[in-house]
Amino acid sequence: MRRALLRLVFTVALPALLVTVWWVASAGSTDVYWPPLRTILEAFPDVWTAERLRGDVLPSVLRLAGGYALAAVVGVALGTVIGSYRRVRAVCEPVLEFLRAVPPPVLVPVIMLFAGIGDTMKVTVIAVGCVWPVLLNTVEGVRAVDPVMAETARSYGITGVARLRNLVLRSASPQIFAGLRQALSIGIILMVISEMFAASNGLGFTIVQFQRGFAIPDMWTGILVLGLLGFLLSVVFQWVERRVLGWYHGLRASARRSP
Amino acid sequence: MLDVRGLKKVYEGSGRRVEAVRDLTFTVDAGELVCLVGPSGCGKTTLLKCVGGLLTPSGGEVLLDGRKVSGPPPGMAFVFQEYGRSLFPWMRVGENVELPLKQKDLSKARRRELVRDALESVGLADAVGAYPWQLSGGMQQRVAIARALAYEPRVLLMDEPFAAVDAQTRADLEDLVRGLWRERGITILFVTHDIDEAVYLGERVIVLSASPTVVREQLKVDLPVERDQLHTRVDPRFAELRTHVYEQIQAAKKGAAAS
Repeated sequence: MRRALLRLVFTVALPALLVTVWWVASAGSTDVYWPPLRTILEAFPDVWTAERLRGDVLPSVLRLAGGYALAAVVGVALGTVIGSYRRVRAVCEPVLEFLRAVPPPVLVPVIMLFAGIGDTMKVTVIAVGCVWPVLLNTVEGVRAVDPVMAETARSYGITGVARLRNLVLRSASPQIFAGLRQALSIGIILMVISEMFAASNGLGFTIVQFQRGFAIPDMWTGILVLGLLGFLLSVVFQWVERRVLGWYHGLRASARRSP
Repeated sequence: MLDVRGLKKVYEGSGRRVEAVRDLTFTVDAGELVCLVGPSGCGKTTLLKCVGGLLTPSGGEVLLDGRKVSGPPPGMAFVFQEYGRSLFPWMRVGENVELPLKQKDLSKARRRELVRDALESVGLADAVGAYPWQLSGGMQQRVAIARALAYEPRVLLMDEPFAAVDAQTRADLEDLVRGLWRERGITILFVTHDIDEAVYLGERVIVLSASPTVVREQLKVDLPVERDQLHTRVDPRFAELRTHVYEQIQAAKKGAAAS
């Protein structure tokens, strides 16, 4: 009980401090672009009504979910194929390294040409940006399957789908999750950027609208919402990861205890 | 039952040609416990992997019940030296033991029964729900043995299974293997570099030469079937046999150095 309390204090301490600093530092501000935190917080409930959550936040989240899921599926599937075959890897690796080096936001205008300015464009942009970390990490993870485990599987006739499910993907899962984590932050960035380019709703669109309409405190509330959304998604991600990779954390902890 | 005829394995790669196994011929009868012992680096593991169908021999053949082995046959189970890397850390002990059975056409009830029975045989009935990394090294190797037993192999191949555990655990595991052999009547081919272990365990010891490997001598171990660590190891006959094998291996090493 005391431990849990202490942990809570540790977790909350720094955010609380930062908010306080912001509050105090901006308290008397008369700068239009830098309104007091108090003003921003007062504006918050008026701006982010249920209707707005439904009309702007929900579409954004759905686009993110769609693009992210697409990237995860494609990234893991392609990564498994590339990681499993040395030849395929030799052919694909230089191209992958190049494509990965292209900053994803630059794809927005390009993808707009093909996919228009609707939801398809936004989902595509998010997917195209998110797929690289997932893909490359999956390749590495699949490559690194322990040879003794691979031989064990082979000696017991564990092949094909059973091998993929019970050995390859499980063994690569820590790496895959590392990729998915990177992809999540890229996804949020691309969600906002794609909506800033051309959209009629969404978080990115709304924030730009506020800025253009000189509704500066409202704009700040949008940024807060984005931060909160990112935080929430990261908490959900951690929760999922802890369930799927429980074995991995346990294994690492036991390896640390007895090297 | 197990027939190894003129087995030869040559590794070729990067301009170097290494003849690991030159010409090996021996048989193992049904229900026999045979130990293969040889100087370090004499290609014992290579030999066993060829027998188990994990490596393709460069010449000669391995026959199991008169049928040529060309890939891991369903009637064989392999126990590796590296227990820590042979069990899947993402699966609990029970799942690890059950996994190979899923490749066989067995009912769920039968699988459960086999898993429970095998774990009981190695004295780990309570560990079904534990992860392998929560167990000690000796216990992990017990799980690997249980996995092999549950698979109900005709031949059990063991590749220096106790090389990485401490001496006391090792003695326990040796007795376990002898006990299982007597109870279940399975055929065991046991590779080791430990002369005492070979003589203590085996009904027959095959002494290998240094690499490139040939059979140097086959020796019947005429110790009583009932063996225990305390009395067998001080039996004058045990001392004679181990001295004999020791001399053979020393001679094998010298022979290798001379050629």
